[in-house]
Amino acid sequence: MAEVTLHNITKRFGATTALDGVSMTVPDGSFVVLLGPTGAGKTTTLRLISGLDRPESGEIAIGGRPVADLTPAQRNVAMVFQQYSLYPHMTVRENLAFPLKSPILRTPADEIDRRIGRVAEMLQISHKLDNKATALSGGEMQRVSIGRALVRDPQVFLMDEPLSSLDAKLRSDLRVELKSIQQEARATFLYVTHDQVEAMTMASHVGVLEKGRLVQFGTPREVYEDPVSIHAAGRLGLPRINIVPADLFGPAPEGVEWIGLRPEQIRQGEGPQAEVVRVEHLGDQTRLHLSFRNHDLVTVTDAHTELRAGQMLSIRPENPFYFDASGARTHRGR
Amino acid sequence: MSDFSVTAASRPQKWIAGILVIGYALITILPLLWIIATGFKSPSDAIAYPPKIVFEPTLEGYVNLFTTRTRQTAEFLAENPPQTWYEAIVAKYDMTIVGPSRFGERFMNSVIIGFGSTFLSVFLGTLAAYAFSRFRIPLKDDLMFFILSTRMMPPIAVAIPIFLMFRSLGLSDTHAGMIMLYTAVNLSLSVWLLKGFIDEIPREYEEAALIDGYTRFQAFTKVVLPQAATGIASTAIFCLIFAWNEYAFAVLLTSGTAQTAPPFIPTIIGVGGQDWPAVAAGATIFLLPVVVFTILLRKHLLRGITFGAVRK
Repeated sequence: MAEVTLHNITKRFGATTALDGVSMTVPDGSFVVLLGPTGAGKTTTLRLISGLDRPESGEIAIGGRPVADLTPAQRNVAMVFQQYSLYPHMTVRENLAFPLKSPILRTPADEIDRRIGRVAEMLQISHKLDNKATALSGGEMQRVSIGRALVRDPQVFLMDEPLSSLDAKLRSDLRVELKSIQQEARATFLYVTHDQVEAMTMASHVGVLEKGRLVQFGTPREVYEDPVSIHAAGRLGLPRINIVPADLFGPAPEGVEWIGLRPEQIRQGEGPQAEVVRVEHLGDQTRLHLSFRNHDLVTVTDAHTELRAGQMLSIRPENPFYFDASGARTHRGR
Repeated sequence: MSDFSVTAASRPQKWIAGILVIGYALITILPLLWIIATGFKSPSDAIAYPPKIVFEPTLEGYVNLFTTRTRQTAEFLAENPPQTWYEAIVAKYDMTIVGPSRFGERFMNSVIIGFGSTFLSVFLGTLAAYAFSRFRIPLKDDLMFFILSTRMMPPIAVAIPIFLMFRSLGLSDTHAGMIMLYTAVNLSLSVWLLKGFIDEIPREYEEAALIDGYTRFQAFTKVVLPQAATGIASTAIFCLIFAWNEYAFAVLLTSGTAQTAPPFIPTIIGVGGQDWPAVAAGATIFLLPVVVFTILLRKHLLRGITFGAVRK
């Protein structure tokens, strides 16, 4: 396993700039999750590290060694594609054995069997090993695709939304499984997802990308509790952070245009009155959709609340995030 | 409720469709059946009018196809009675067999030149098509158009320059010359067809193979080729059919050593009267390799077996 460093990476596709001067260190043995909207450069980052694409400028090093001149095979990275690309002319077993049989690894047959058996059991596909890859369901294909990465001992695992096509139960099983694999093997993971739960539960570090730039990099807790911008704040947290005009609840500090309120930053039972628009009982918690001076707010309350739509609730902001007109955070460390 | 809604065909519709298809198949296959039947007729039955549907089959045509014969006197035949069934057949016409005909060699020439040029066309075509499909090539579109433009006139239109070139290069009447010629003609078809097939194979497979530790060439042979099998098989069939049936260049450029079957078969007719059964027998045998080749590759022609493992 190895540390991956990106130094000032820029990548263009024709006229569009996919990555713009990104520098980042993925520490050895860490689980880094990349967050960002579609087109922010998450997949491009993985492709550059794997060697499938080359950056216009900047340096990438894996394990301290610059990889600019290395082919994808020589970089010894494993990648799970968003589009599960199983080799359709092979069985599941042959798909899993394919990386192990490569001229670079040349794994002995008994070792191949042992590894495939272990991975297949973990991914619950043991009974499908002799099926044609095309005779699988979407979820099974994706598990084989993950398996094809896990049979190896690469320098780094690159995963592009590997769990997004799975059903909820399997997704939560595999989330735990992947995390424990990573911890046991002290493996380095760079993982792209849209799923906040995956980011919060699996990540040791979160990188937030916006329009090809890395805007924040830190632990999930840091990014959640101390976001640098509206954009970064919106990446984590369910329900999503509420962004409202700064003067909605009264005078705001100089230069502040917007305030951000996560559910726990909305104190209930004090302050001005908001109207309850909708109550969603989720079992372990209840979501309140509020209307306050023509602005919608979403917050969380007690699971067994008696509140009903149409009732009034008094609310007050508590230690909100302040943002300037550009969306950048001000008054940090308050 | 739309005008184009798809519904199951009713029973009478199925019957009508079935009759139409079978009728069409019979009409198209009739000349073929005619040729096959004529090959088993006697010369007089072959030209009988009205045509004989029911006739006494004979291998006369096949014996004449494979042998050269000479007329003998009645005394000679009485002294040398036929030893084998085929000698007996020719003895009926006061003839004896003096040796094999050239049909066997000509047929082998067809096999060597036809399959040789097919192999080369498909081999070179696959490599070129892969490059055109996957790599950034300067002037790619112009090159593809240029390749296609070689088919914008019938190949025979350039017969005279090719004839002169072959003569000065010493390629006239050689296997190598004919293989090169047919490969050159087929290559544009092969590149275009195969590029279409390879374009449809998602790049993700090769990218996965690159990351799985393989070189680009290994990814090509282990991942792309197996999935292009369908396209390669159908391209090979098209190339073989062209090279196998080609007549004009074969007449022009070959006369002996490298002559293929198509220009040879009509010459049979001149030996000892109009021997239609022998010509028909030659045509029947000539058909077989393409039919067998097509049947062997038939399963690869069924498309869609390898597609569908990439989420689109």
